[in-house]
Amino acid sequence: MKNTMEIRWHGRGGQGAKTAALLLADVAFKAGKYVQGFPEYGPERMGAPITAYNRVSTEPVTVHSNIYDPDYVVVVDDGLLESTDVTHGLKESGAVIINTEKRKEELLPLLHGYKGAVYTLNAKAISLQALGKNYPNSPMLAAVVAVSGVMEQEEFLREMEASFRHKFAKKPEVIEGNMKALKLTFGEIAKSRYSSHEATVQLQKERKAG
Amino acid sequence: MRRLCSCRRRERQVEAMISERINENSPWQDITEGNQIYEAATSREFHTGEWRTSTPVWNQEKCKQCLLCTPVCPDSSIPVKDKQRMEFDYDHCKGCGICAKVCPFGAITMKEGK
Amino acid sequence: MAVRERLSGNEAVAYAIRQINPDVMPAFPITPSTEIPQYVANYIANGEIDTEFIPVESEHSSMSATVGASAAGARALTATSSCGLALMWEELYVAASNRLPVVLALVNRALSGPININADHSDSMGARDSGWIQIYAESNQEAYDNFLQAYPIAEHKDVMLPVMICQDGFITSHGVENILLVEDDLVRNFVGEREPEHYLLNPQERLAVGPYAVSNYYMETKRGQRQAMINARRVILEVARRFEAMTGRKYGFFEEYRLEDAEYAVVIIGSAAGTCKAAIDQIRNTTGKKVGLLKIRVFRPFPEEEIGAALAHVKAVAILDRSEMFSATGGPLGAEVRAALYQAKCQAEAVNYLYGLGGRDITVEDFCQVYEKLEKIAAEHRITDMYEYIGLRSR
Repeated sequence: MKNTMEIRWHGRGGQGAKTAALLLADVAFKAGKYVQGFPEYGPERMGAPITAYNRVSTEPVTVHSNIYDPDYVVVVDDGLLESTDVTHGLKESGAVIINTEKRKEELLPLLHGYKGAVYTLNAKAISLQALGKNYPNSPMLAAVVAVSGVMEQEEFLREMEASFRHKFAKKPEVIEGNMKALKLTFGEIAKSRYSSHEATVQLQKERKAG
Repeated sequence: MRRLCSCRRRERQVEAMISERINENSPWQDITEGNQIYEAATSREFHTGEWRTSTPVWNQEKCKQCLLCTPVCPDSSIPVKDKQRMEFDYDHCKGCGICAKVCPFGAITMKEGK
Repeated sequence: MAVRERLSGNEAVAYAIRQINPDVMPAFPITPSTEIPQYVANYIANGEIDTEFIPVESEHSSMSATVGASAAGARALTATSSCGLALMWEELYVAASNRLPVVLALVNRALSGPININADHSDSMGARDSGWIQIYAESNQEAYDNFLQAYPIAEHKDVMLPVMICQDGFITSHGVENILLVEDDLVRNFVGEREPEHYLLNPQERLAVGPYAVSNYYMETKRGQRQAMINARRVILEVARRFEAMTGRKYGFFEEYRLEDAEYAVVIIGSAAGTCKAAIDQIRNTTGKKVGLLKIRVFRPFPEEEIGAALAHVKAVAILDRSEMFSATGGPLGAEVRAALYQAKCQAEAVNYLYGLGGRDITVEDFCQVYEKLEKIAAEHRITDMYEYIGLRSR
């Protein structure tokens, strides 16, 4: 298990968190890893909170339980932070990645004192800029690859491009747009790293000043 | 599986062979897989007429050959030939009496016993 | 060369169906098995296979149509879960007693109620006495491999019984994992064509299927079914050997994981066996304690003697059931494994725990605790809880 990276996704039914987890499994598989990608099903309703999981390893994975102490957590909908303790069990050596239009400081009180790294990404803005539509999956996938280092970024881009070419053979503009979204994300996420502690200090400074 | 009857007429060679091989005394090893029967229309061999406690009697004088009785017989025991009904097939008639009820001319009456 | 892929359990079974190209598939959708007929319908629509797909109005009908197609001489199958299997109950017995070699892709799900869509074994365990061969999978790979072996077992002239290929709902059916696929031509060669000896569409032979049998015949018929199950033991191993020769993957009645020198053993069925393996590695690596696993693959016919022999040397064993049978003394696996231990005159202390009902998760940590309990039981020669639920909230 020590060669296994565990990732937990939080999203809402219909938002594509499960699809994103399966995509991550796909791309890691193509990079030669042993993978698992699986959803945890509750009520099958659009909008209901759902959880999906990934295990990525250099060895075969036999464990079939859910993930309780993930290395990374991805939150596809920041509205979930109010109702779900997304950082529960999250390793402090890991990170949480949140799709949000809000400022990071606003979200910190909702992270239950998590002391590890916090990344935010405006996946909607990136998607709109690159694709003209709000498909947050590709940016979130790129974000988790960048943050976790589950695979080399170059390798990831190569595999994703091959996959898009296969999937959207007749829509070259979609391939281009998706690739642009991935690359934009890599740029954004590098700027976004923050520990909760740093952010709290920053917030306190702002409050004093304001 | 059909019950075997000692007075049965053996119509076909293959049937006779199976009947001899499988009967109420056969060991389990001889029973066919899924009790399959490798023959058709074997119900003909099962003489339900033995169950009869009352018997329909056909009065040819009164019969108008309207053929209302034939289709209502549950055991197909009123044979028809050249648009005319024939004598009852007493090998298979169970004596239910539906034919007697349906006959508008009183041409079928039920008598006690076989 | 095997094809390296990543597929969900449902995709893997549908892929096997595509490779086998069976004649008839009647099916009715039910979570979590719905994807199987969905994928197969896609294969048919794309012209990849020429299977006759029959959309029916219930599972009572899907199994009836499967039975009818098989009696007609076709290679037939269906897929279902949970209440769908319950609605097939009557036809399960009809398929088995008529000795029809049909295959059922079962995606295990809890039975109502309360209504629940997640994995447990109450559906197939309830059907354990229906006369079907039952083969269970730990992973997507096993679900696929077991499916490829189903028809060669079912259609063997000494068997002629229906086969249920079971996998855990959502856990493997909807989980994507690495998998090695066998090439199409190898599969076709391995599975071959069905060549029925007697079938309804044979113009050369008149045939009646499913006749009434009075008590003079009924017991002899049942004894025949029992013989087929006895024969299935030999055939299952023969087919597994052929499969190993083709793929290198070895299968038997059960898998022993680090059991040879184990003092404490778990007996389990299905996907949780993989989690148990991780616990075993962790315990052995950190404490050196001798813990092991016996994972049952073939539950019907039940490999009683072999299980007794495999567990003969252990000090304590925990039999883990994923379904209640409300005997108030344990689960079905517990009852049968304890009988096997008794027959083998095994001296091991045995407990029977229930886990994972309605999809309740079971973790590596849970298994570590089971082994700790076994160690204590063996040391004290005293069992305080013969029969308990793992992960149950209690006051």
